[in-house]
Amino acid sequence: MIDCCNEKNSTCCDSANENTCGCYQDETACCESAEDTSEKSCCCMSKPSAVETSTKLTYKDHLGSFQVRMGINRMNYKVKHGLYYVGRPDDKAPVLVTANYKLSFDALRKELSGISAWILVLDTKGINVWCAAGKGTFGTEELLHQIQNTGLSDLVSHRTLVLPQLGASGVSAHEIRKRSGYRVVYGPVRAQDISAFLDRGMQATEEMRRVRFRLGDRAVLTPVEVTTAVKPSLLLFGILFLLNLTGLFQFTGADVIAYTVAVLSGCVLVPLFLPWIPGRAFSLKGCLLGLLWSVFFVTSNGYFDHMGASVFIGIGYLMILPSVSAYYAMNFTGCSTFTSPSGVMKEMKRSIPFIAVALVLGIILLSVGSIITASI
Amino acid sequence: MALKYYKNVVTLKLNPETCTGCGMCLEVCPHGVLKLFEGKSELFDRDSCMECGACEKNCPTHAIEVNAGVGCASAVIKGILRGTEPTCDCSGELGGSCC
Repeated sequence: MIDCCNEKNSTCCDSANENTCGCYQDETACCESAEDTSEKSCCCMSKPSAVETSTKLTYKDHLGSFQVRMGINRMNYKVKHGLYYVGRPDDKAPVLVTANYKLSFDALRKELSGISAWILVLDTKGINVWCAAGKGTFGTEELLHQIQNTGLSDLVSHRTLVLPQLGASGVSAHEIRKRSGYRVVYGPVRAQDISAFLDRGMQATEEMRRVRFRLGDRAVLTPVEVTTAVKPSLLLFGILFLLNLTGLFQFTGADVIAYTVAVLSGCVLVPLFLPWIPGRAFSLKGCLLGLLWSVFFVTSNGYFDHMGASVFIGIGYLMILPSVSAYYAMNFTGCSTFTSPSGVMKEMKRSIPFIAVALVLGIILLSVGSIITASI
Repeated sequence: MALKYYKNVVTLKLNPETCTGCGMCLEVCPHGVLKLFEGKSELFDRDSCMECGACEKNCPTHAIEVNAGVGCASAVIKGILRGTEPTCDCSGELGGSCC
């Protein structure tokens, strides 16, 4: 225990439960009175206490995850950080570390039925383990802080922490060892393997260590892609409506459908059929689907049946729709589990100029075609 | 069907001189990029690397170097627009969007 008793923060220590220094506090009230941060961290040690949690998810938990998957309340779906437990853990029970994104926390605890374990929840601001590790909030400092903060060392006699493997990009195992004495063991990638991992004496198989990106893994991510596309799309439809009022354009439901299918190709079809669509770049995959759709749309609407202004509109669509699909498909790189930042950079440098030029040319052609048609 | 991205773009580097063959990088890599060979780590499948940085972060002898970051197009665009590093807005405020 750190000695925090000095004259400066004697008030802090007087009000503490034990009159010794480095005293445990039930409340953090005293910590505010401490003047500098080193004292704060010392006095902020709370009495070791853990909150019991269940391994069964309730109807409310399921509803919550469904909403989050649909993009509702996704950025504010958290549990309080700190120490939890399932079953009847003793001082030898394993300590499993996770993020305070509720989806992550739920995914872990529902795999723990029949297991007695401590769950140390880091404050990742409601972000999942992997994303949080990438930005360092699921990181070395936060882990050290929560070990201190929860008084974990008084509850367990061993010094081993099981971290999800995907937390490794934020945590230095050797650093944790050096600074806290705890040994970090990286568990499986997926929470569903945790009980098998513990049964095997904390040994992960090759399979448990690999990130997958199967059809189901991809499908579950597409609704959020769609919801993020809704706002700009509604804005666009508003603009189309205003343009119609000028009398120079005649956008109809067909245009709305043409655009919507192009967006869905990028947001849903590319993710679903990712391995089977040719090309390595996501934008290329999106462009191909968009091209198929735009050819179908343009020919079935007869834009090329007669020479005239409609040809401009037809070519305009052939340029706009694939660009839209390509753009939305490219955004899915953010969800994928195999694209590197360097690769994404390369893809963007190659694709964005094409997308931008095709989009601008397409809009010009479409406008020219519409205005000519309107003025005849 | 294995999903593959561009070949030969990643910044992953391994220094065999300082590698002690502890195997930590093999353990944390989500894509099986590294393998142990004659007591040293080796880049076995470099093109599968997604630059998450887990190996670099957990290498006790700093034998691995990689430009880790957010592999997300919209994050990169946001970064360019704001003149900062790629950012996902995952800071936890309401309404922010995340990867």
